[in-house]
Amino acid sequence: MPFIARRVVFYLVAAWVALTINFFIPRAMPGNAVQAVMSKFPNLTPSAYRALEAMLGVGHPGSIWHQYWAYLVDISHFNFGVDVSQYPASVSSLLVQTIPWTITLVGTATLIAFFVGTALGIMAGWRRGGWLDRVLPGLMFFQAMPYFFLALILLELFAVRTHVFPLGQGYTGGLIPGWHWDFISSAIYHSLLPAFTIVIASVAGWMLQMRNLMLTTIGEDYVLAAQAKGLPNRRVIWTYATRNALLPQLQGFGLALGFVISGAIVMEIVFSYPGIGLLLLNAVTSNDFPLMQAIFLVITFAVLLANFVVDLIIVAADPRARAREVTR
Amino acid sequence: MSTGHGAAGPPAVPPPRGADEPVLAISDFSVVYRTPDGDVQAVNRVNLELYPGQVVGLVGESGSGKSTLAYGACRLLRAPALITNGNVRYRGRRSVAPMEILHVHADDLRRLRWREIAIVFQSAMNALNPVLNVRDQLVDVIHAHLRVSRQEARDKAGSLLEMVGIPRSRLRSYPHELSGGMRQRVMIAMALATEPEVVIMDEPTTALDVVVQRDILTQIVELKESLGFSILFITHDLSLLLELADRIAVMYAGQLLEFGTAREIQHEPAHPYTRGLLNSFPSLRGARRDLAGIPGSPPDLHDPPSGCPFIPRCGYATQACADIDMRLLPVASSLDPAHVTACPFVLPGTPAPPGPAGRPAATSTGS
Amino acid sequence: MTVALPVSTEPAAVPEVRRRRGLWRRLPTRAKVGALLLGAFIVAAIVGPMVSPYDPGFQNPSFGLSLHPPDAAHLLGTTQSGQDVLAQLLTGIRLTLELALGVGVIASVLSIVVGVAAGFLGGWWDEFLSLATNVFLVIPALPLLIILLGYLPQKGQLATIVVLSGLGWPWGARLIRAQTLAIRGRDFVAASRETGERTWRILAFEIVPNEVSLIAANFVNTVLYAIGASVALAFIGLADLSSWSLGTMLYWAQSQQALQLGAWWWFVPPGLAVALIGTALVLLNSGIDELGNPRLRNAGEASQTAWRKLRPTDPTPVLQAAPPPRSRLAGLLHAFSRSSLLDEQDRAGNRAGRSLGRTPGGDLS
Repeated sequence: MPFIARRVVFYLVAAWVALTINFFIPRAMPGNAVQAVMSKFPNLTPSAYRALEAMLGVGHPGSIWHQYWAYLVDISHFNFGVDVSQYPASVSSLLVQTIPWTITLVGTATLIAFFVGTALGIMAGWRRGGWLDRVLPGLMFFQAMPYFFLALILLELFAVRTHVFPLGQGYTGGLIPGWHWDFISSAIYHSLLPAFTIVIASVAGWMLQMRNLMLTTIGEDYVLAAQAKGLPNRRVIWTYATRNALLPQLQGFGLALGFVISGAIVMEIVFSYPGIGLLLLNAVTSNDFPLMQAIFLVITFAVLLANFVVDLIIVAADPRARAREVTR
Repeated sequence: MSTGHGAAGPPAVPPPRGADEPVLAISDFSVVYRTPDGDVQAVNRVNLELYPGQVVGLVGESGSGKSTLAYGACRLLRAPALITNGNVRYRGRRSVAPMEILHVHADDLRRLRWREIAIVFQSAMNALNPVLNVRDQLVDVIHAHLRVSRQEARDKAGSLLEMVGIPRSRLRSYPHELSGGMRQRVMIAMALATEPEVVIMDEPTTALDVVVQRDILTQIVELKESLGFSILFITHDLSLLLELADRIAVMYAGQLLEFGTAREIQHEPAHPYTRGLLNSFPSLRGARRDLAGIPGSPPDLHDPPSGCPFIPRCGYATQACADIDMRLLPVASSLDPAHVTACPFVLPGTPAPPGPAGRPAATSTGS
Repeated sequence: MTVALPVSTEPAAVPEVRRRRGLWRRLPTRAKVGALLLGAFIVAAIVGPMVSPYDPGFQNPSFGLSLHPPDAAHLLGTTQSGQDVLAQLLTGIRLTLELALGVGVIASVLSIVVGVAAGFLGGWWDEFLSLATNVFLVIPALPLLIILLGYLPQKGQLATIVVLSGLGWPWGARLIRAQTLAIRGRDFVAASRETGERTWRILAFEIVPNEVSLIAANFVNTVLYAIGASVALAFIGLADLSSWSLGTMLYWAQSQQALQLGAWWWFVPPGLAVALIGTALVLLNSGIDELGNPRLRNAGEASQTAWRKLRPTDPTPVLQAAPPPRSRLAGLLHAFSRSSLLDEQDRAGNRAGRSLGRTPGGDLS
């Protein structure tokens, strides 16, 4: 299918750009950043030192193109090198520990927020001037709030003042992670407030976007034509207005996903949630560059993949996408 | 065509409606748009009748309110539009009693739409849902109004397409896969899907090139002859109406200025504006003559002037024009009592004021 | 992190440059509220540090003033090391706004340059610039910002502005490109090109002036992005931690366990300031959107007219001969009278008329 083929090529290009940026940043940064970093780890074992050298591009094992090639090969094997601050753990093993937490929490909450926001947006667009329209400015307040600040407020209210929810962590300390009910229930309990944070903080954005798309779509001739045809209202709303408004909404979802995930990951820090966010904070505070860069790549790939899934849905739903020249 | 009356021959008229009774009668119809700056009087006390089997042309410049009139009569205008006055009475063969469109229940209105009054939109590209294929959109209409099985509806969709000269194989096509002419044909097929008695055509051929335009108009006339519906044809192209329409209504600034048979409008135009319009287009059949536009632009409907709205652009205007109440009165010199004009002063025989033939002087004497 | 979502991924109809009424009067209420709120913060940023009661960095050695709740001397309380929160807040608003406006200006200029170039030059240029725009749009900005700032030896204000601007242009560029394409196809531009007008003159006098509302909306959006991103970055420690911005305040509050210590006055003021500035920008942005998109504007106007619950599929309302306005008591009595049954029938017969039946007809004529 040509559209999908074009999109695949585009995502490959995007992935390649991300990889290349990632490779050249440490080598192109001004000043003596690399030496500064190296000097922060005086007690590295020789192998970790070599790993860091390779990542940062000092020590020059071969020409820069040779290094670049070796780097691409490593990445393609999911080998992100050795972690410097938590030596001898490999970066990949740290990621494997944390990614499931983040994907479960952020993925679920983002999807819920998207569906709820879209549904509310449909209602607000259809019943313009209704109560949903009137609370919209209030919702914009939540939309404008950084996720992590909302997290702080919710923690203050529900964990510090009233002890409805735990003050953080992914599960009650002392439990051994595994597929048993004690652990799972504890994990769900601990994830409720973070999930709630994501939903509240992002639902208004989806809602506002969908509302405006609905209003724009309702103004289209084909919706008026559907009315003129005497179709039942439900059919006009769903098959003509909503269905068409959902397509750009989905596209917007793909494009805004990077922002949402980034915000959610920073929020994890507030909850000391054992996901990628906390890992990122540790990496930043300990100048653990290999880990930082690996996290960048992982998030980027996740966003690219999610965008590809969105494209698949759009292609299934929009006959024009199959024919159209799209460079998004 | 499996349902309804036969496709050939003039329709038999059942007793409830006399042949001399209009199928659609719009009377004293007014529409305003409520804006923060005040109301815009888009349609002002318009009277218009459409008789069975007739083609009535509604002509005017863009912004004259002709589309607002047609959509308003179907109550398809959205807020901030508001119908402030008037009556719209529909009297179809199938209906037992006349229906007051402005007073019917929303559900009845829904049943009346398309089943009785269908619309061919100006741009089929925009009026067809881009993500549904042609068949689904046709079937949608059929299912909304006729009790037929899914298979019957699909068969009917196919025969509708064939009726307008599109092969059945295009049923699964999406609007963007069709040419402009084909899309407009699909739109026409869709309008005829439920055998309506009135078809409103809102500039159905304006967006098409001339050759396609001609084909489609020919087809419309043929379909009208065989199916026997009435047409309210909206356009800014008076020369097109002179060929197509039985009667022509001339609209300006939300008001009807003249209404008469095509022949009378062409040969005995009473209102100065109609004369101006006639001079704006080359006639396809008539004698050659100089073309002249109408200088000036329509008035601001936020604050319509009193009396005749055409005064500032009218070469015949006098002081008295600001006081007339714009009622349509029979043209005194015409044999047809249905030929009416809003201008009580100018008659078909009134000579043009000084200046080039038929060209109103830019500087008016009145107002 | 805040996100301003796009209203539509398609370019809106090209808005006409109209100056019928004053811009302020045409702004929807929502946008006026946003503008006023933003104005208040800008005033605070300008005046604040001058009237600040304390030096934000001054660490009061008195033990009693560590984590002191708000009182008359310290209106917003103190931090763990006895610094005045209000003083920090006032400095923080200035620094954060400074940074955000700086990023807004630089990134907007980049967006305009890239978007207009891609849309106007077309061909190979368009292919390349669009690809670059789309690639940087899809690569999540924050993790990349983290690496970039992480490697920077000095994470000062200027460096942050440069890095944030460097990644803040793709949204705008995409929208402006689409708008430029739409304008380029219009007659008056084509005419200018035919008559051999110089390219830069066409760009400066015909393309860009027609994109003013888009550029304004995009500027607001970019400022929003800059505030969200800079605060988030500072919050995880990627900023000059010796300066007082809203983000670094939150960083210190978080890293010194303000929440666990119960010192809400430490993190609520900066967080609330960020949220309010953000709200002001979102309100402003949605107002500008409404100004440029007639369909959104009509919706706003429709909700202001007499009928509220009119749905788009409802038939056009018909103004009924309005009954004389009843007082509330008379209305109550009427509800029990026989003639109210007629009303009911009328309502059943004309749903739209129901809401209008009570509209005084006088305001129409």
